[in-house]
Amino acid sequence: MNAMPMSRVVFDAVVVEEDCSFTFIQLCQACHTSGAQMRSLVDEGILQPQGEGPGDWLFDGEAMRTARMALRLTRELQFGLEAAALVLDLLAQNEALRSRLRREGRL
Amino acid sequence: MDFKDYYQALGVERNATQDVIKRAYRKLARKYHPDVSKEPDAENRFKAVAEAHEALIDPERRAAYDDLARRREQAQARGQAFDPAPGWPGDYEFSGRGAEGRSAGGDDADFSDFFASLFGRAGRQAGGRGAGARPTGHGPGADHHARIDIAFEDTYRGADHTISLRHAVLDPQGHATMQQRQIEVHIPKGVRPGQHLRLAGQGEPGEGGAPAGDLYLEIAFRPHAHFRIDGADLWFDLPVSPWEAALGASVNAPTPEGEVQLSIPAGSVAGRKLRLKGRGLPGKQPGDLYAVLQIALPSADSDAARAAYTALAAAFPQHDPRRALEGRTP
Repeated sequence: MNAMPMSRVVFDAVVVEEDCSFTFIQLCQACHTSGAQMRSLVDEGILQPQGEGPGDWLFDGEAMRTARMALRLTRELQFGLEAAALVLDLLAQNEALRSRLRREGRL
Repeated sequence: MDFKDYYQALGVERNATQDVIKRAYRKLARKYHPDVSKEPDAENRFKAVAEAHEALIDPERRAAYDDLARRREQAQARGQAFDPAPGWPGDYEFSGRGAEGRSAGGDDADFSDFFASLFGRAGRQAGGRGAGARPTGHGPGADHHARIDIAFEDTYRGADHTISLRHAVLDPQGHATMQQRQIEVHIPKGVRPGQHLRLAGQGEPGEGGAPAGDLYLEIAFRPHAHFRIDGADLWFDLPVSPWEAALGASVNAPTPEGEVQLSIPAGSVAGRKLRLKGRGLPGKQPGDLYAVLQIALPSADSDAARAAYTALAAAFPQHDPRRALEGRTP
């Protein structure tokens, strides 16, 4: 185990969903995936960047979470992209319903 | 180091075929996948299942594991504590060929020390962990991901948080060992569950002078005794007495930033929602705080209390709480 540093350094953090956007390459790096794979998420409509082509694409801060979840589903459960897209939609619906239950204290 | 029973983790026999192992893994992976599962402790269960699959689906790794398990049993049969040394885990070598494992979105969330010790670098590479885009040779360091639980109050005040991160480090012989490092991060005010923090340059170091990767922290909140979170809004149940609900009252109500006086309008019913605008989670667009009224009936456990209820009944001869049900009985 590393020793604790002598001086106390507190790192500042930014909230990705609110303060960050990603270029195509940045999003690939943040999601540990290839350009081809990331493109296929766009082609499937899972991600909706602004801009004309990969060189111009700009993704909002929510894209990282969506992309990582879609990639996990394809990698870890061997889902095809269509299935992953469907599961993401169903998870969003599920979350909306759970959120109603949570508001009412029934969850 | 704890020995892991990978066959038990997948619920299969020792002599299960690769197909049986694969099927067992897929079924359990769907059941416990943290993105889809609501099972308690899904994440740890999923990791255990993924690790077992990773170890057993590759014939070389499975053979090494079986050998280790057999030696352990022999030692136990002789009444000895199992000591894999000398030389373990260097006893086993792996070509990395024929590996079929495609697992478990590790990033910083790694397999056990047991797995790393047994399979080392070969296990990691063959398994494709960290997925694909790991830079080779010279290039920027990879981005890392981890998750932290913060206290509900941290988002109101902003807070400094010490987090421990475990990550695999390869020694010159290619063996992976787990190292732990601690960093302190300032949690910005207004962060919400499910959001991510980015710490620039705190991921994997770059090679050849290239920049380090970033560290992403997914935020989870520890549950709060009173407040329920829905997006940026907070909800809580506010108990009031029947007379407060009927006549109106000013009551003390908790908010995350301290107590406030809340006016209960006369004629309130159970379930009525009172909104305190902007008192939800802070942020650029602060959420609202909702108090849901609950009528708390005093118990009729004394003569005076029973007399009061009797007087109440006498005062409302026309009151029929079941009017809406009338005529609906079969």
